[in-house]
Amino acid sequence: MADYTQMWQDLGLDLKSHDALLSVLGKAYADIFLAQKNRPEGMKYFDFVMSEVHGLRIKELVDAKAEGRIIVGSYCVFVPEELVLAVDGVAVGLCAGAEFGFEAAETLLPRNTCSLIKSMFGFKLGRVCPYLESCNVVVGENTCDGKKKAYEILGPLVRDLYVMDMPQTKSEMGKKLLREEYRKFIAKLEKESGKTITPASLRKAIGTVNAKRKAMIRLNALRAADPAPISGLDALLISQIFFHDDPARFTDSVNKLCDELETRVKNHNGVVPKGTTRIIISGCPMAVPNWKVPLLIETSNAVIVGEESCVGERGTRWLTEVKGSTVDEMLDAIVDRYFNVDCAVFTPNPSRIGYVKEMAKKLHARGVVHYSLQFCQPYIMESGPVEKDLEKSGIPTLRLETDYSQEDAGQLKTRIEAFVERLKKK
Amino acid sequence: MRYAGIDIGSRTIKLAVIEDGRLVLSRKSLTSHDPLGTAQELMEGAAFDHLMATGYGRHLIKGHLDCPVISEITAFVLGARFFPVRCGAILDIGGQDTKAISLDTDGNLCKFEMNDRCAAGTGRFLEVMATVLGFTLEEFSAAALSAKSAVKINSMCTVFAESEVVSLTSQGADRNEVALGIHKSIVSRSAGLLKRVAPAGGNLFFAGGVALNECVRTLLEKEMCRPVFVPPDPQIVGAIGAALSASEEG
Repeated sequence: MADYTQMWQDLGLDLKSHDALLSVLGKAYADIFLAQKNRPEGMKYFDFVMSEVHGLRIKELVDAKAEGRIIVGSYCVFVPEELVLAVDGVAVGLCAGAEFGFEAAETLLPRNTCSLIKSMFGFKLGRVCPYLESCNVVVGENTCDGKKKAYEILGPLVRDLYVMDMPQTKSEMGKKLLREEYRKFIAKLEKESGKTITPASLRKAIGTVNAKRKAMIRLNALRAADPAPISGLDALLISQIFFHDDPARFTDSVNKLCDELETRVKNHNGVVPKGTTRIIISGCPMAVPNWKVPLLIETSNAVIVGEESCVGERGTRWLTEVKGSTVDEMLDAIVDRYFNVDCAVFTPNPSRIGYVKEMAKKLHARGVVHYSLQFCQPYIMESGPVEKDLEKSGIPTLRLETDYSQEDAGQLKTRIEAFVERLKKK
Repeated sequence: MRYAGIDIGSRTIKLAVIEDGRLVLSRKSLTSHDPLGTAQELMEGAAFDHLMATGYGRHLIKGHLDCPVISEITAFVLGARFFPVRCGAILDIGGQDTKAISLDTDGNLCKFEMNDRCAAGTGRFLEVMATVLGFTLEEFSAAALSAKSAVKINSMCTVFAESEVVSLTSQGADRNEVALGIHKSIVSRSAGLLKRVAPAGGNLFFAGGVALNECVRTLLEKEMCRPVFVPPDPQIVGAIGAALSASEEG
């Protein structure tokens, strides 16, 4: 990696803590990802992205800013990337996946707050997230109660926090609310960027984001093969990089990887032997570098073949229909698309469980691991009914509730191994 | 062929050797600060052809002992089958965790639940509470059984419960009644786990060190309203299960 010290300094990072973070991250990455056997060649691109995750990509953001483009950061798949791209902005997902600066975070937040929210604050207070420090606007969204209240506290800490309201039901009124919020978001983006969204710019943006999602849909479909052509860890990593890489380059790299995986599938070449126990993960999002549970699963004689998660299929499985000739008509299509997202903040939320079953079937999974972050009320509450329904449908389910710490790794390992043993006997 | 299973628990290490479907050797030792050394000592002079490890320390000994591993949950399912009682569920309360397991009609693993991360409601909890009240483990159970009523203990956390018990006794609460309260709290927590995985009836197989405690056994039977079966040596079940698993593989 080149020397980015000056850039990090200019962004106001705490260099000492940042160095420490990068060295831990680099070591974890080598131990977890590079140590895997028979990885696809196409993963080299993503290895490179990760090696430059706070370097080259940040330089690109800084350069984009110098060209007069705005950087818009967010923490949720409900923030429409299409609208950001339509004002020639750059959309980035922000860091919230590491147990960093929790002590500082707990001076502002209750201890019983989920790790993801604590991490948002830890990165900000510790000044170690160059993405966050590069942003012109940070977008919050009123999804769960934890985030909703946390944004009130985060507001004064960042340059410009813009919060959008979110519906909680899939009703006509809910949809109207989402549309109105997206319309207001357009006004905000236009004001910050000094650019106006035109039918042409929006159509192009929809095309760019659709292409990115299509590549992910293609990748996820290839994982139906037995033996699995790619590990769950690598697939999760790609879903994580989805949020901060250059969209066109990312799409291209995923498609190239898929070409390779197609050949692998044809030749029955997998990362694990044929017949390895296949598992789907469903639940809370796993932001970089939250690889804890997938690592435990894939070192317990099982392979993960799908993620029903915001960092996974919940974030990518719907495309925006390309229709309409005015910005208003295209916005309708965008609202239609995002209104499908079956986050557990919605009540009721039946399509999620339906889709987990569909995934289990089409990806030939033997069981589901339901992953909840501790104190994430929506997903924990939903996990009970989800488990019951899946078990009733003959899909064994293991419910896990954990956080970013490693203290329960041994306990989790026992439960995961026992679950895999249960699936094997089935 | 002689098949051995070693169960490396947080408090006790257990070794069982099985030949022709009979238990021919069983040994136990406290885990100590050196589980590997204790395990090796325990196996000294024991003759066997195949070895399988289980228990929380199963991965610790990887690389030191050349043997495959299975999770404790599978080990208990297999171990329970060794005994001539048909059961619908297994409860294992060990040194640092509690497992509730439901079985199908063929005795296969159906569902399981474990206590979350801390030692609340486990053998360790009982040990600490006995010490606070100045009992040995044997006295502790007998004292609880002798009490006519129980003082309710609200904390499940070992540390909080300890200060709760200290403050109760300093207020003059009866030692035996506090002891009964502690036993009740362990049983209600374990019963909660059991009811989640195995709401239907059937015999209950109770294993692990805490199954030696008569008061817990009695209260559990009452709380669950089903017959509770405790094997002659409830601590060895996991090791037997590991040995049986070795015989399946070998």
